[in-house]
Parts: sequence; structure tokens; C-alpha cells
Amino acid sequence: MTILIRNESFNPWQEIQQHQNATPSGYGATSIFIGTMRDFNDGDTVKAMTLEHYAGMTEKQLEKIVAEAKQQWAILDTLIVHRVGNILPTEPIVLVSVWTAHRGDAFDGCRYIMEALKSRAPFWKKEQLISEEERWVSHNTDGYQQN
Amino acid sequence: MAIKIRYFASLKDRLGRSEDQLLDTGARSVLEVWQAVNADKPLPDNVLAAVNMDYVSLEHIVQDGDEVAFFPPVTGG
Repeated sequence: MTILIRNESFNPWQEIQQHQNATPSGYGATSIFIGTMRDFNDGDTVKAMTLEHYAGMTEKQLEKIVAEAKQQWAILDTLIVHRVGNILPTEPIVLVSVWTAHRGDAFDGCRYIMEALKSRAPFWKKEQLISEEERWVSHNTDGYQQN
Repeated sequence: MAIKIRYFASLKDRLGRSEDQLLDTGARSVLEVWQAVNADKPLPDNVLAAVNMDYVSLEHIVQDGDEVAFFPPVTGG
């Protein structure tokens, strides 16, 4: 299990490759989720974002979430990388990667970790709009297109 | 010893500070800790609480030396 909180932009593909080089053998499936910053939200154009977090609690909660996932699915290894600080559109915000022997455990474990991160890991987004207005994002959505 | 109280994100902005200390260490719930340092402000409805970096209910009893945190719903990922 690796959890990394990054202050600067990261390359998720490089992180996955590097981590996989040290992953124990026996995996036959890897499920990957990458969340990227959008340049729009709630009908407005967003030019940048600041991500605040509660250092220490973030890691503690993510460790718990991974432990819960490992109790439910046969997970060999996990990697979570999350940005904090100033973020620009198209930059990755979060990476969750799960290595397992079989695809079901990989898909379900990755989904579980990501959804639990969204509801429990103490991060907060503040958006800077093109109008120069700043606003805190008040809550996360269910993850589907809002019409 | 004392209880350290921390605030994050929009709640920190609204209160205008990120930390408080509570030196009186009598047994108190998380809600009573809030009231002791924010006498004039009710706890906003959607605020979450943590003690020593674990989520707790507002009835949780705080011990001397604990770190209590109050913050709005999380929006990471």
C-alpha cells in the first residue's frame, strides 16, 4: 500500500509504472482511476483550483479505506496519489491503482477506494472562476453527469 | 495539557481563524468543545467533526490532549 500526497503536478502513468516495478508478482489485473481537473463546474468556467487538506488525517483515513477494501477483495497492492495546492485544468488530481489476480477484485476494489476517498478523505476544493470570483466547492456529486 | 481545536476550508474562512486552544480540561463532548470556543455561533448543520484524526459524533467525549477538528463536507478526488 502506498499513499502519496503531492504538492506539484504528477504524471499518473509514470507513477503506475514505477510502482508496478516493485509490485509483488502474481497480479493478473490492474484497475486504474485517474481524476483530472475540469475547466468547468456548475455552469461556470474554472481557471484554477486550490486543494486544501488535513495533513495526517488524510493519510490515516486513506489507510483505513485501503484496509477495508483488502478485507472485501483479494488485493495484492494499491497506489493512491492525490494532489494538494494550486491545480490547473487538465492536471491530474487523483490516481487510484489496484493490482489483483483477477479483474473482479480489481474493478470493485478500485471503485470502493475511490468512492470512499470522495466521501471521507479530508480534502477541500476552492475554485477560481474566470470572473475572478473564488468559491469553495460545497459537496461532491454522485459521479454521474448532472442534467 | 490542553485541547487543540482546528478548523478547515470554508469553516476556517468563516470563523477567520484556523485554531483554538481550550485550557479548561473538564470532561466535554465535541459539541461542548465547539460551544466553549464559539460561544456566539451555533455549529453549522453540515459540519463534520474528528478527534485525533478519526471521525466522531458530536456526543463523543473529548480527553485532555486530544486534537478536535471541525470542517465542512469533504470535496477531494
